[in-house]
Amino acid sequence: MGRNALASALLLRHSADQMARFPFSAIVGQDEMKQALLIAAVDPAIGGVMVFGDRGTGKSTAARALAGLLPPISAVKDCPYGCSKEDQARYPDVCGTGPLRKRAVPFVDLPLGATEDRVLGALDLERALRSGEKAFEPGLLAKAHRGFLYIDEINLLEDHLVDLLLDVAASGENVVEREGLSIRHPAKFVLIGSGNPEEGELRPQLLDRFGLSVEVRTPGDIDSRVEIMRRCAAQEADSQSFADSWAEEDAKVLRRVDRGRKRLASVELPDAVLHKAAELCMAVGADGLRGELTLMRAAKALAALEGAKTAGIAHLTAVAPSALRHRLRRDVLDETGSTARIERAIAEVLA
Amino acid sequence: MTGIEATPPDPAHDACLALSLFLVAPDRLGGISLRGSGPAREALIEMLRDEGVAMRRMPAHVDDERLLGGVDLAASLASGRTVRARGLLEEIAGGVLVVPLAERLDHAVAGRLAQALDGDARFGLVLLDDGTDDEAPPAALLERVAFHCDLTHARQMEGTLRSADPARVAPLGEEALHALAATAAALGVESVRPLNFAALAARAHAALEGRGSVSEEDIAAAARLVLGPRATRLPGMPEQAEDEEESAPPPDPSDGGERDEASDPGETLLEDVVLDATLASIPPDLLAQLAEGRARRSSGSGGGKKRISGLRGKPLSARPGSPRGGARLALVDTLRAAVPWQQLRRREYEADNDRLIIRSSDIRVRRYEERSGRVTIFCVDASGSAAAARLAEAKGAVELMLAQAYVTRSEVALVAFRGTGAELLLPPTRSLTRARRVLSGMPGGGGTPLALGLSAGHQLAEAVQARGKTAHLVILTDGRANVDGEGKGGRPQAKADALHAARAIAARGIDALVVDISARTAPEAGELAQAMRARFLALPMADAAKLHAAVNAAAPQARAA
Repeated sequence: MGRNALASALLLRHSADQMARFPFSAIVGQDEMKQALLIAAVDPAIGGVMVFGDRGTGKSTAARALAGLLPPISAVKDCPYGCSKEDQARYPDVCGTGPLRKRAVPFVDLPLGATEDRVLGALDLERALRSGEKAFEPGLLAKAHRGFLYIDEINLLEDHLVDLLLDVAASGENVVEREGLSIRHPAKFVLIGSGNPEEGELRPQLLDRFGLSVEVRTPGDIDSRVEIMRRCAAQEADSQSFADSWAEEDAKVLRRVDRGRKRLASVELPDAVLHKAAELCMAVGADGLRGELTLMRAAKALAALEGAKTAGIAHLTAVAPSALRHRLRRDVLDETGSTARIERAIAEVLA
Repeated sequence: MTGIEATPPDPAHDACLALSLFLVAPDRLGGISLRGSGPAREALIEMLRDEGVAMRRMPAHVDDERLLGGVDLAASLASGRTVRARGLLEEIAGGVLVVPLAERLDHAVAGRLAQALDGDARFGLVLLDDGTDDEAPPAALLERVAFHCDLTHARQMEGTLRSADPARVAPLGEEALHALAATAAALGVESVRPLNFAALAARAHAALEGRGSVSEEDIAAAARLVLGPRATRLPGMPEQAEDEEESAPPPDPSDGGERDEASDPGETLLEDVVLDATLASIPPDLLAQLAEGRARRSSGSGGGKKRISGLRGKPLSARPGSPRGGARLALVDTLRAAVPWQQLRRREYEADNDRLIIRSSDIRVRRYEERSGRVTIFCVDASGSAAAARLAEAKGAVELMLAQAYVTRSEVALVAFRGTGAELLLPPTRSLTRARRVLSGMPGGGGTPLALGLSAGHQLAEAVQARGKTAHLVILTDGRANVDGEGKGGRPQAKADALHAARAIAARGIDALVVDISARTAPEAGELAQAMRARFLALPMADAAKLHAAVNAAAPQARAA
């Protein structure tokens, strides 16, 4: 054994089709997280999803799976920003004039130790050295344009980086003014942060800027856990046939997202529902207007996802915990979890 | 190296087995963590080397560039074209990366490794953990290596590494999967990764034993090696009621009487056998930790405090200057400043080679924004006199201030004193969840060892300052000391000692706030504040709203939050 066996096993992993992603629909349970991700996929302007939970609960698997499920985007050929046709018109300097080509929806996993340079982009040292040219080397924000930016343990990321990320996520544009560079490029992405509150928390100001938040937990019942093991083993044994067996389910999800995106603009939001949303926010004491706005957006997106023409109370109820959980006025050490408080308010207001 | 039925399993023997299993499926098992330095561990590493496995040690100071590869600056400058350097992770492809002193590993590096293990990793990880007590390698890495072996008590290493092909072993059957899932649930292993590791390890074990399908023994070995060391509670033990409002304990079919069943050879459930097998590998100090209410939750998140101490202000952009007087040269920024001018300068100097021409005006030095962290230390009087009337309100006050601390992202620590001693209930942390748990579980009653409480707070404050942070003391007491600095009763001595301790705090210039929590304002707490040169806040008959106002009013000037 030894060297050869070990080396070949490890090297094989690479050559095999290891980038095969776990099918989105094969994820056991985690309905709230899946719903939040799908809402974000339908309406990327929702402002990102924060996932609270322990390790090994399938957070990154779900996010990756969703990115893998979405249809390829058509982007300017060789454009480092993956610009669309509209971007091309808006940012003629950065995208060039190349033809459009299909490429996979980007999924960027931001490493914990990432520096500002790496995230924002910086002077391209390589080009500068080679030709003395002052060029911009796009960072991770550019790479994530039109896709997903996943940050594990975002609560451990340095504050100034989180500030920066949220700012770009909100404006959809990365503006770099440093090292003698002056660059503006599109950076629209769905920010997905995850973290375990036991290890330190995110400042409330930052938390508030996330559109949705969900709490995930490993399924507690043995049957679900056995099912997870079974599916993981099946995927490892033969990822291709595993993917094939779920392809139909995934295609259904994709159709829903696709249809949802098309319908989103035309979904109506009756006044009665708006009133209820405002009432709900007041009842739980969610600070600021962002709660109401997100609640409405999310309800609309969910209605679109479900193929409804109008968003109703049912949609509101379904998205309220995700949209409001992280915005409650901090009765910091209130023993009742925020989820329970919201559920109570839902029962009172929407019943 | 024979069967696994040897009881109790020798840690060295188990480590050897774990390493063999890892080598059977290195691509899926991630690696192994070896705790405790000593000859046994050395011997194990030696065995790995003898097998011809490519190994590289990763120094703790490794940077991203070296780890992941990037532009080789020196070579690029010398040759005038871009030369890419391969990173350590690329170079070690097909081999094993050994991480010494894993418990001190920087979390940024750990994050990189974790990401690589999740993605297209082509290396195995061997973590050498020399930690003591609470120290442990970053949880993100422990989570991603299948085996955690404790070699602290292993004397020598006997046995050999073996190998086999797991592909010939049939996947686990329904019963085996259930047994593993039930065992994980009974041990409080929440994450799903260990479950998958255990299933794979069982197959690897069967392969080693030359079996075509997984037997009971294989499952037991896998559970012992993978699940046991991750236990967060003892089987059969109900999850502590106050532990968390979340996570309802999973249904625990193996609860109660599993030992009896296991001893009855007639009818034993597989999961009971498996659970029994893990008992030997449950960390021996788990019970002690549970007794103290600080069992590591799921994947051992003891890293919180270490992580946070790593934040020392943010690096600012480099500025022109010369690297003298402690300022460090910012090499990359210097080169960045010089590079755009190269063609011009070459022409100017009529230089004919590709050497970089750097002028002193290009030189940049690093700057950091010094913003030391703040730690608010709450010293809470939990004695009988305080507890009778005011402890609940004192807790309320602490909660409010915690909320403030939370908003400003400072850390909090909690010291409680009662009876004959003071106790550090919560080391500096940013986690509200932990703070809340500790606070709600804080017992009350007994004498008032004010002097001891003040000294404990004082000591902690100094320890905090030694780490380059600012400490604030908030003392909640009625000031009626009746236990002296030695832990003995007697009011006069107790009061003298308390004032002495207070003056010691004043002498060190530690910022302090005394909150009087007695039912009616009494002079004692005021005297104490004076001796400590601390601000004073009396809360007679305050309701929550008044308290809130008082804390808020005091917070800005007190900077207690």
